[in-house]
Amino acid sequence: MVYLAAAVAMVPVAKKLGLGSVLGYLLAGVVIGPALLGFIGSEGQDLMHFAEFGVVMMLFIIGLELEPELLWKLRKPIIGLGGMQVALTTGVAALIAVAFGFDWKPALALGMIVSLSSTAIVLQTLNEKGLMKASAGQSSFSVLLFQDIAVIPMLALFPLLATYEVPVDSEATIHAKTLVDGLPGWGRTLVVFGSVGSIILAGRFLIKPLFRIVARTRLRELFTASALLLIVGTAVLMTQVGLSPALGTFLAGVVLANSEYKHELESDIDPFKGLLLGLFFIAVGASIDFALIMKQPLTILALVALLIVVKGFVLYVLGKIFKMGTDQNLIFSFALSQVGEFAFVLFSFSLSQGILPKPTIDIMVAVVAISMGLTPLLMLLNEKIIQPRLGSCSELPIDKLPDTIDEKNPVIIAGFGNFGSTVGRFLRAHNVGTTILDIDSDRVDLLRKMGFKVYYGDASRYDLLKSAGADTARLIIITLEPPDKRLEMIETIKKHFPNLRMLVRAENRFDAYDLMNAGMLHVYRETIDTSLRMGVDVMKLLGYRSYTAQRAARTFLKVDEKNLKKLSAIRDQNQYILAAKENIEELEQIIKTERGDIKLQEDGAWDEESLIAEEQDSGVPMLSNTPGS
Amino acid sequence: MARILVLFAHPAFEKSRVHKEMVKYASHIEGVTFHDLYETYPDYDIDRAREQYLLLQHDIIVMQHPFYWYSCPAILKEWQDLVLEHGWAYGRGGTHLAGKFLFNAITAGGREDVYQETGYNRFTIKQLLAPFDQTSYLCKMTYLPPFVVHDTHRMNHATIEFHAKQYQQLLIGLKEDRISLSEPEKIKYMNDLVPATKALKL
Repeated sequence: MVYLAAAVAMVPVAKKLGLGSVLGYLLAGVVIGPALLGFIGSEGQDLMHFAEFGVVMMLFIIGLELEPELLWKLRKPIIGLGGMQVALTTGVAALIAVAFGFDWKPALALGMIVSLSSTAIVLQTLNEKGLMKASAGQSSFSVLLFQDIAVIPMLALFPLLATYEVPVDSEATIHAKTLVDGLPGWGRTLVVFGSVGSIILAGRFLIKPLFRIVARTRLRELFTASALLLIVGTAVLMTQVGLSPALGTFLAGVVLANSEYKHELESDIDPFKGLLLGLFFIAVGASIDFALIMKQPLTILALVALLIVVKGFVLYVLGKIFKMGTDQNLIFSFALSQVGEFAFVLFSFSLSQGILPKPTIDIMVAVVAISMGLTPLLMLLNEKIIQPRLGSCSELPIDKLPDTIDEKNPVIIAGFGNFGSTVGRFLRAHNVGTTILDIDSDRVDLLRKMGFKVYYGDASRYDLLKSAGADTARLIIITLEPPDKRLEMIETIKKHFPNLRMLVRAENRFDAYDLMNAGMLHVYRETIDTSLRMGVDVMKLLGYRSYTAQRAARTFLKVDEKNLKKLSAIRDQNQYILAAKENIEELEQIIKTERGDIKLQEDGAWDEESLIAEEQDSGVPMLSNTPGS
Repeated sequence: MARILVLFAHPAFEKSRVHKEMVKYASHIEGVTFHDLYETYPDYDIDRAREQYLLLQHDIIVMQHPFYWYSCPAILKEWQDLVLEHGWAYGRGGTHLAGKFLFNAITAGGREDVYQETGYNRFTIKQLLAPFDQTSYLCKMTYLPPFVVHDTHRMNHATIEFHAKQYQQLLIGLKEDRISLSEPEKIKYMNDLVPATKALKL
């Protein structure tokens, strides 16, 4: 109960401060642990094992979400940029560790642990800032993907790096009896590869058919149970072989990634994973030995600084090698400069396997946690202080300086991606004065060279909007990503620029609902027009008359827009866990609403039936103030 | 050999009975270009250059359409507005259509006797086609009498087929220069000019 209360208390606070839920859990653990409130303590280890299951499940889901085709497509940046990042960081960190007096084995382990970054924090931060599509976002994504994969060999190699005595009072000693106890180092590695192989084979030939059978029973609980059984089973197998259970479940996830059960599995496991992961991080937080830290605050801070500088530097150098622009490179380097949550997993693994000494682990856990907490602050630092000095921020188009300052463009376009740029090009072709706001520095540079008036930065911010002329413009086109940012921007504009009319891009219906609820009159769903255009072509190719097909599409669009408004009003306010479920149920609603709509089926124009009927009834030759046939 | 261009305009062709038959017989005559306006331009985005090129390529222009509200369906009006440009079709430098011929091939629900000055509709077909007449005149074209199918609402299939074949024979006859166009004012409908061949036996 204490754990849950702590989580409920700390996580919202952490999220509000922009620190992310992981740090919230850590803080919760710190607060309720021996250091502060002392609610928990000695049973920490038991809970740790239980909570490790959260990690195991997290790895399963990571494996599940890995898309082999995507990996193949991005193989160059993943292996190139990602591979080099891990390798270089490991190397440099290991060298530094050796310089600090460690033996090469633990130094290597430390290096590997430290090379990882936090997928959760990085992706969340970049996504919130709408940077995912920029080169910083894409590169970060590739590096993080490689790190996800690199985890496997790390987990496999770690047992080889054992040098210390396995702590006597740790629960791990009870697990000491495994199938591979008697084997030498290389024997163990062989068994590792053997188990990996058997998981892959089992996944393809055993598990999928099994799930098919279970799915046919149509019992949701049974499916959930089977999923859990799969995970637990794999985990147990792996422990018997002396390996990390997380590795096994990761592989199981990868094997199932392409199966039709992917989404089911994800949605069934998700709640367990969330809860157990939370517990894990709380336990980690509780196990931080503050007494130790309090003795050496400067050492800790110095280590944090060293860590961030080293990682950041390696990242920046690699960014330059891979030809990233300076602005993007800075964002990339700062974003990935922390050490990720997986380090905690590896630290606890190291403890139980005798890979690192406990005092080191205690210090490093604190260092890692602090580095994670600092990331948002570093990004802020980059945005406010460093980029304005070095980046392409404040320059106006060079060849157009004095006269354009007074020029008041009637249209502002916020976000010049695919959507925004099409509108922009269209308007520009007709000499409509537009001011562009964009967050991708590479794109801003290009646009400036082409003579556009562009402001660089986060378009949802008041100060940028003001300097872009939002108080005198008539229309603003909002195409930013992600959807939350658009809503944020809308509120800002409503408050500070009430006369500025907004036209907003919507990704899908749900986005459209939110926008309509925010009072937006001009909402543009991305795909509706194009998919209807395709529908018209389908009909034409099947032999329908072009004009008829066109009219049908226009009618359909009108009906759909009307239904959109109707459905937004009666939409269920329940929060769905996953978008997939929400989509399917919404589709059902839409189809039901459409079915009764007669307008969609019959085009009654130019119809002569009633005319002919009148003539037949009256028996009199037709009065011809009517269309012919 | 005269080159014939049929500009066909029907917004609801699926519901048509008479034009459907006419199109069946008229759309595959060699030497006759059959141009379906609503099918080609469902968005009304008439390609002016292309249409003008087509006009240059032909000698006799036939506007085939139902006689909606004593005129043509909207796209044909749009066509006239956009294609018959000043400086190309009429006015200074507008001589590209000079010497060509134009007539309407229409279907009407009313019988011939209601389209009289003393009849229910108060005007003859010829009078109601005055705008087309004047348009041709301004473009220096000769406006020919219309081909008309009256009383379509109660027409049975055999009669529809007859008229369709008649239409076809008209086009073929025009193409082969077998039909005299020298005194158009003396003729009421083009139907009268169609030689009564065996093919047209009811």
